[in-house]
Amino acid sequence: MKTCNVMIVGVGGQGTLLASRILGRVFLKNGYDVKISEVHGMSQRGGSVVTYVRAGEKVYSPIIEKGEADYILSFEKIEGARYINGLKKDGILVTNTGETDPMTVITGACEYPHDALEKLTAAGVKTDETDALTLAREAGSEKAVNVVLIGRLSRYFEFPEEDWMEALCETVKPAFLEMNQKAFRLGKG
Amino acid sequence: MKSLLLGNEAAARGLFEAGCRLVSSYPGTPSTEITEEAAKFPEIICEWAPNEKVALETAFGASLAGGRAACCMKHVGLNVAADPLFTISYTGVNGGLVIFVADDPAMHSSQNEQDSRHYAVSAKLPMVEPSDSSEAKAFVKQAFEMSEAYDTPVLVRMCTRIAHAQNTVELSERIGVPVRAYEKNPQKYIMSPANAKLRHPIVEERLTKLREFAETTGLNRVEWAEKNPENALGIICSGTVYQYVKEVLGDTVNILKLGMVNPLPEKLIRDFSAKSGRVIVIEELDPVLEEYVKALGIPCEGKSLFPMCGEFSQRVIREKLGLPELASPAPFEVPGRPPIMCAGCPHRGLFFVLAKNHYTVIGDIGCYTLGSAKPLNAVDMVLCMGASVSGIHGFNKIRGEETEKKTVAVIGDSTFMHSGMTGLANIAYNGSNSTVIIVDNSITGMTGHQNNPTNGFNLRGEPATKIDLEALCHALGIESVAVCDPYDLKGTEKAIKDALAFNGPAVVISRRPCALLKNVKKAAPLTVDPEKCIGCKSCMRIGCPAISLRDGRPVIDIGQCTGCGVCSGLCALDAIGSTAKGGEA
Repeated sequence: MKTCNVMIVGVGGQGTLLASRILGRVFLKNGYDVKISEVHGMSQRGGSVVTYVRAGEKVYSPIIEKGEADYILSFEKIEGARYINGLKKDGILVTNTGETDPMTVITGACEYPHDALEKLTAAGVKTDETDALTLAREAGSEKAVNVVLIGRLSRYFEFPEEDWMEALCETVKPAFLEMNQKAFRLGKG
Repeated sequence: MKSLLLGNEAAARGLFEAGCRLVSSYPGTPSTEITEEAAKFPEIICEWAPNEKVALETAFGASLAGGRAACCMKHVGLNVAADPLFTISYTGVNGGLVIFVADDPAMHSSQNEQDSRHYAVSAKLPMVEPSDSSEAKAFVKQAFEMSEAYDTPVLVRMCTRIAHAQNTVELSERIGVPVRAYEKNPQKYIMSPANAKLRHPIVEERLTKLREFAETTGLNRVEWAEKNPENALGIICSGTVYQYVKEVLGDTVNILKLGMVNPLPEKLIRDFSAKSGRVIVIEELDPVLEEYVKALGIPCEGKSLFPMCGEFSQRVIREKLGLPELASPAPFEVPGRPPIMCAGCPHRGLFFVLAKNHYTVIGDIGCYTLGSAKPLNAVDMVLCMGASVSGIHGFNKIRGEETEKKTVAVIGDSTFMHSGMTGLANIAYNGSNSTVIIVDNSITGMTGHQNNPTNGFNLRGEPATKIDLEALCHALGIESVAVCDPYDLKGTEKAIKDALAFNGPAVVISRRPCALLKNVKKAAPLTVDPEKCIGCKSCMRIGCPAISLRDGRPVIDIGQCTGCGVCSGLCALDAIGSTAKGGEA
């Protein structure tokens, strides 16, 4: 059983914690040892956030460091770029194309690099881009961006779809289950 | 049954399984979820106390009455609870007493990086340190046994990467632990000098016995290298560092993993070091283990290789042991994304008014610490819980009228209950013309929405006595107490100016619930009328994440906007209006 490292990055409030919990549960159902690391508190308030999901025969460290991630799942266009050196040489950046201006851009101190993904691709990084917001709206809620992206990431694993659905069932509120299932399937495409 | 649990959830499960009857805590990242998760078990009385000192004394009272009890706090919370801690060490316990302290190396959500192990050493208490969720649960149960067997409170040290990391835990049933008999025992429980003199030697004897326990307990273990252990590198570590060491070095080195970090096992350390080659102590923050090993005369390395600041990882272990770096894409420079006040945050309007008037702002701990960030830059000082109210008094005593008329303290409702009240009594009693603004958002915000004594609900969300802030401030000797709505910029500015002009101490309560609370109804989002907007950027001055510039003109993100109206209050051309039916825009 090969160890798999997934970094989930985004903006505080986008639901990276839920996404990491869904992914962790799917690994667990498939017999992996799992560790997930989250950050709470001050750093959550609209700041850049990262959670780590690690799965394998036996996992020790709960975090993922430079050059260790098989996948970076990014909820916002430049957040994947921020953590790009977490990726392995042959790792894949699965990313939302949606942009959320950080305060440094709002105040005019910095310019938003709209071409970040093109530049990363030109530098040899494998990227897989999705307009998750459009798909989330189609599913019924802008808040489902996280589940759309988990759906997209699921394409890289051979786990049965019912495992993902079960994990959704265990982690989202029953009232939003159907909408999230739709979001997942739209993301998976 | 196996479950995927956060370290904090596992610790709570440990409390449940160990038969714990009461948990009293004050929220603080990364410790908060222990108490919240424990509250999901109806068998445990779980409460938020106004501060950590009250929480620990409550837990002690429960222990005195014969029930197993616990108390949870972040590292700086233990500073507040240090007073009872040092003397509970003398009295010992009746029912088992376990105290969680969660350190935050790298300061993900803290104001300092203090190492709580020093408290265990100086208060002469046993401290255990789990290295994952499954140990968190197991160690809590062992901590209760140790507490009752050695008549001592036991500290459990959690760290961010244990508290907020999930891994699998095997669940068990709750054990039935009866409430122990309570008998009056003045020599044990009244710490007057005469009695305390008799207790101190007992504390020293207890420490000696605990040292013997540390030599043999399963909390500490040695893992010998698979090949040639006699020449292998010997690593002494605990907690999360153990996981990083295993990740990098696997079973190629000898590891002494300490689950009990105070008192330390002298014989075990001597034996381990003698049977290893080069010995390295790897520990985050201070060289607590290293100094002990060195004091035994054992040659070892530690802080000569590893940093004192920040948290470690497998990368740090690789780097400091001279192992090759892993290949990765080149770093990519992107604009910083610091934490910010949320769209609709009631603190924004207040801090805008404070910044606009160039007031000196003595700040405090909470979401409103973010009033210090750009573009508002409204805060001058942030120290610790309650320091705004006490600090402004000293500040104004030195500078007098020069600052009294243009300086305010800003403190949240929960922080005010924690340790702002005493500072306000001090202001009234010692007579400075200080102005205190209580930002009352009806919740403890930064730690993730915990109820507190001013919002009318207890930890479990049941109705509770609601402390009236206005009446409380009057009772503490403050004559001038006004209330304003921070969405109303003009009204807020007037309330603050009146308070500063008042001859005597004054309080302004800036009242508006946190925009993230589920029961808070949001107004329709706002929109910018392109016909009226001239791109003056006045609305950009408040640093709202829902407003961004596109081609030099502000655009409001309707997904984020809560319709608070602070931005429209700044627009001289009335170009920002509601999207609601019948709205202006």
